[in-house]
Amino acid sequence: MELEVMRYDPEKDDAPWFQSYSVPCEEDWAILDAINYVKENIDTTLSYRWSCHMMVCGSCGMMVNGEPSLTCKTFIRSLPDKVRIEPLENFPIERDLVVVLDDVMQKLHKVQPYIIRKDDPPENEEYQQSRGALAKFKQYTMCINCMCCYSACPQYGLSNDFIGPAALALAHRYNLDSRDQGKSQRLDILADHDGVWDCSFVGACSEVCPKDVDPAAAIQQMKIDGAMEFWKQKLGFPGGKS
Amino acid sequence: MSRQPYVRPLSKTTWYMRNGRYKRYMLREVTCILVAIYCFISIVGLAALADSPERWAEFLAEFTGPGWVVFHALSLVFYLFFMTFDWFKLAPKAMPLQLGDQKLPDQFIVIGHYVAWIVVTLAIFWLTGVI
Repeated sequence: MELEVMRYDPEKDDAPWFQSYSVPCEEDWAILDAINYVKENIDTTLSYRWSCHMMVCGSCGMMVNGEPSLTCKTFIRSLPDKVRIEPLENFPIERDLVVVLDDVMQKLHKVQPYIIRKDDPPENEEYQQSRGALAKFKQYTMCINCMCCYSACPQYGLSNDFIGPAALALAHRYNLDSRDQGKSQRLDILADHDGVWDCSFVGACSEVCPKDVDPAAAIQQMKIDGAMEFWKQKLGFPGGKS
Repeated sequence: MSRQPYVRPLSKTTWYMRNGRYKRYMLREVTCILVAIYCFISIVGLAALADSPERWAEFLAEFTGPGWVVFHALSLVFYLFFMTFDWFKLAPKAMPLQLGDQKLPDQFIVIGHYVAWIVVTLAIFWLTGVI
């Protein structure tokens, strides 16, 4: 297989360029195996992120033939003989295949992704949660922050102010959690200009997600929540803020 | 070692040409222009109807030309593929339903939309004397 890999050395290069490597692949290899082969046998200067090789850590997200992909999950046998590997789109390139993720890390923090309580938590016992209550948000807990969704989102590419798919899906995960009481607190952030209303429902985030999370669905549901809250407050319904 | 992150340029006018997914999205969004034109035509038609039978006949005659027939056919295709089919397919994302512990399968919501669509269409046909 021929791997065309984007290279960028901030100390030498003005712009990224492509380097080709010929890799003798095994049939059961994933793209990450081929990149590891290059690093171990051909070119030790190649920089990229990876850790678990089992779709858990979320570090090896890259563009594979133009598609945001988790390279440990993308198998050689499903690809043509020539494959182009680039760092995730919509992010600045730190070096070679490593991108700068500072912006999304701040955004993940901004949406307050933790259980917020107004009442005191139960004393000397666990929170009770039914299977049905768990089913409401469980798929959103599967996100591994690989950032493929940000790379697929043209809205984030055009304006980095947009909070973006993974962070919004994470916020929705806590909004739907029966133990959480922070929905209205988060709504001020989520319903702001750079929140859910910046999403124009391209839906690419959900299509590329390697863990079958559906951030596009989360965002549309939050738009409905936001609109309902707005009208509840406008019309003076009691409980306008939950 | 110095940090000099490289930001790849993204064209604000041609970004959607990068892949088929974005192109389909743009076709869906462009359909709103056809909707706007159609709304305008409907308002003009209503005004003609309110004015006089002669104006209404003129209005109808105007829209039988080949140019308008092509416009209507094109609008119908765009409405069906990029509004009706696409939005019905996306409806379960915005309005998921859960019965007890289980999420209702998406197909039920999609099929519900098609059934409602057919019922409303038949009701309009019946009210307007087509059937």
